[in-house]
Amino acid sequence: MASQSWTHATLALQLLRLDPGLGGICIRARVGPVRDRLTRLIEPTARRLHPAISDEALFGGLDLSATLASGHLVQEKGLLATPGPLVLAMAERTTTGLAARLAVALDKGDQHYLIALDEGVEPDECLNPKLAERLAFHVDLSDCSLADTEVPTQTFKSTVHLREIEVRPKIIVQITRISEELGIDSMRAPLFAIRTARALAALHGHDRVTLDDVEIACALTLAHRATRIPEPQTQEDPPAPPPDQSDDSNSDETLDLPDELLLDAVRALLPDNLLDQLAAQKARAGRGNGTGAARKGNRRGRPLPSRAGRISDGARIDIIGTLRAAAPWQTIRRDATGREGLQIRPADIRIKRFEEKSDRLLIFTVDASGSSALTRLAEAKGAVELLLAQAYARRDHVALVAFRGTEAELLLPPTRSLVQTKRRLAALPGGGGTPLAAGMLTAFEQATKATRRGLTPTIAILTDGRANIALDGRADRKQAATDAQQIARVLRAHKTDAIVIDTGNRPEPALRNLAQTLDAAYLPLPRADAERLSKSVATALGD
Amino acid sequence: MHPFPFSAIVGQDEMKQAMILTAIDASIGGVLVFGDRGTGKSTAVRALAALLPPIKAIKGCPINSAKAKDVPEWANVSAKRAQDMPTPVVDLPLGATEDRVTGALDIEKALTKGEKAFQPGLLARANRGYLYIDEVNLLEDHIVDLLLDVAQSGENVVEREGLSIRHPARFVLVGSGNPEEGELRPQLLDRFGLSVEVASPKEVETRVEVIKRRDAFENDNAAFMLRWQAEDAAIRDRVLKARKALAKLKTPEKTLTDVAELCLALGSDGLRGELTLLKAARAYAAWRDDTALTRAHVREVAPMALRHRLRRDPLDEAGSGTRVARTVEEVLG
Repeated sequence: MASQSWTHATLALQLLRLDPGLGGICIRARVGPVRDRLTRLIEPTARRLHPAISDEALFGGLDLSATLASGHLVQEKGLLATPGPLVLAMAERTTTGLAARLAVALDKGDQHYLIALDEGVEPDECLNPKLAERLAFHVDLSDCSLADTEVPTQTFKSTVHLREIEVRPKIIVQITRISEELGIDSMRAPLFAIRTARALAALHGHDRVTLDDVEIACALTLAHRATRIPEPQTQEDPPAPPPDQSDDSNSDETLDLPDELLLDAVRALLPDNLLDQLAAQKARAGRGNGTGAARKGNRRGRPLPSRAGRISDGARIDIIGTLRAAAPWQTIRRDATGREGLQIRPADIRIKRFEEKSDRLLIFTVDASGSSALTRLAEAKGAVELLLAQAYARRDHVALVAFRGTEAELLLPPTRSLVQTKRRLAALPGGGGTPLAAGMLTAFEQATKATRRGLTPTIAILTDGRANIALDGRADRKQAATDAQQIARVLRAHKTDAIVIDTGNRPEPALRNLAQTLDAAYLPLPRADAERLSKSVATALGD
Repeated sequence: MHPFPFSAIVGQDEMKQAMILTAIDASIGGVLVFGDRGTGKSTAVRALAALLPPIKAIKGCPINSAKAKDVPEWANVSAKRAQDMPTPVVDLPLGATEDRVTGALDIEKALTKGEKAFQPGLLARANRGYLYIDEVNLLEDHIVDLLLDVAQSGENVVEREGLSIRHPARFVLVGSGNPEEGELRPQLLDRFGLSVEVASPKEVETRVEVIKRRDAFENDNAAFMLRWQAEDAAIRDRVLKARKALAKLKTPEKTLTDVAELCLALGSDGLRGELTLLKAARAYAAWRDDTALTRAHVREVAPMALRHRLRRDPLDEAGSGTRVARTVEEVLG
């Protein structure tokens, strides 16, 4: 007996073959016999992609070897040039850039459809949402064993043309309403549901979409997009209005399908841990995806000596270098080939190279309030100096933000000068309230600026945590704490790395909370010696 | 396949209005559409092409020159005859290389004939037209830098591989993207005249209408296009009429003060905001077929002209559109 997810997967593959406009399917399963059995059902003409595929392979480009050999321009065809199924392996590692390129290809409606093989393990490791949005189907085969699978023996033959299949307006209304009830915002979902219903009818050789078609279509296309579990409706609903007699009277079968039945079909497929998954997606929005952050160089551009290589994505040919490499061989090649003119072989190609580097920026956000000054400002300064020494060794940039009284101040904009930092730090006076939120906000502004310049910022907050000045400058302890938490959430949403160093005499629970919101390392100074401090900073910096 | 007809787009009035304004007065400087997945951003931008009246250009000219004397020498156009052509709307794909954008040495000619010739890029083709970037916030940094420079100067300068070529590249930037996937640099944001934010419609009736039209578009394309052809043409005629009316439109001193006060109160950087707001308001008045610019016109277009020019406040969760609306309320009453 085949399991439901397996049946859905095989059915979806058949539907896609019939109507490529459905976009594709995302199959979530680890490598194994179950997946192998399913992939064997994919059309043999399917071409394979991988997440690191180059633009040249996708869209085509200059075929250099052929061009040079033949003496006239030969264009290489890209994978997207011929319509047909595309199989994307390791789909969970697709970068946003590739997802956008594939999305454009799917949007064009050139008869491409995508079969994404998602091998993600963790709930937040999944296909890029931009791409998932454009695929009608999603099946999860992780709980499917080989015994549950069954190669479908029944091959459908569609005799009806897709366009000729009638979809009653009532069904369109109903599908739209249901997707709304499931909390699906995108308009693509109901469109896919209708298209699937139409393809199903064609598969069965009907000329009209039936009750069963709609039910299966909703289950196939809507369940995985649901963001809300609809309440089962109570039976006290007002009786349905009498069927409209003026409507086509011989098609009342489709009129009688209550929303509730359709919703049940979808509800049965909703994963038990829907809420957990949604939470994971939210967290993912804050922490990036499985592809790893691209390191952006802020010092790109200084040309390096060109190097032998082949033309690939974005590479630029160093024409002078190429000619220089080819020059000594000209006489020999002319004799060998008997051909006149310049003769360049692929081995002569020289590629321009550029230096790429990304520097780190440590933003020290130091509490210089009265409460801190009384207790351990000196020690905090010591800790900063220790970190500075490390930053110097790593050739990191440093910035210094201090907050006291009612506002925060940028004492030192990002710099590499250690001497300046030390001098400003030593001269830092203490006193006044603790406007923690203002300090974090200033640090955040610096971090955003730095990111734009290609630096990788890390914020180190040194405070005793007793925030008592709100963002607007009022002395309001409660508001101050709320403000700090809010900025912490913003920082996290922007994926800014941080460490929180508690300089108080006793560890402050509020500060531990703040560190949690920031998803940052929390380090109480009373028990921290130099070695632990340096280790934790190293961890935070990802060394 | 034809793009989805502009007039058949349900709702999304602000986005449609912004597109129309930029079609009336190209010097407003393009539209940026930001929104969630599945809200019809790309659909609307692609539909824009149908709204644009044809332009006169020299046949075969790579930069769509209007006059014979503007055709560049390197293009080797022999017969210089003018002809009508649709306003160019050029797609800038994400994977485009620098060579393809700016133009580069024509490799075919270099290899086969040993000639040093220039092969024009996308910027040349977009001259006097529109450059459309889908997923503009995912564009590679070096391409953004290049665009910023050309969009500002209106001239594309190619100095590489022994070539030294400059040609006019005056185009209107149109972009769309999903803000969740990455932010736009303020410098690039500023190059867009208008910006709109779109969301899925919330009422079931509207949603049903969207689905019905899209379904008809996909299944009965010919009939659907025929049905909306006339309405698209009506909008295009109105755009042409508004273009003419624009010249005669009066701008009272009082409205200028309104515009200046509004921008001052919002603290938008630079004068570009004021200029764009004024131009957009004038285009809007011309579209409405009014004879003089009034405060009501300014109020209507202020959010789309200024929303993206404010300094970003990381704690403002409501979005800058609300901030603009609030200030408009305070200043213009």
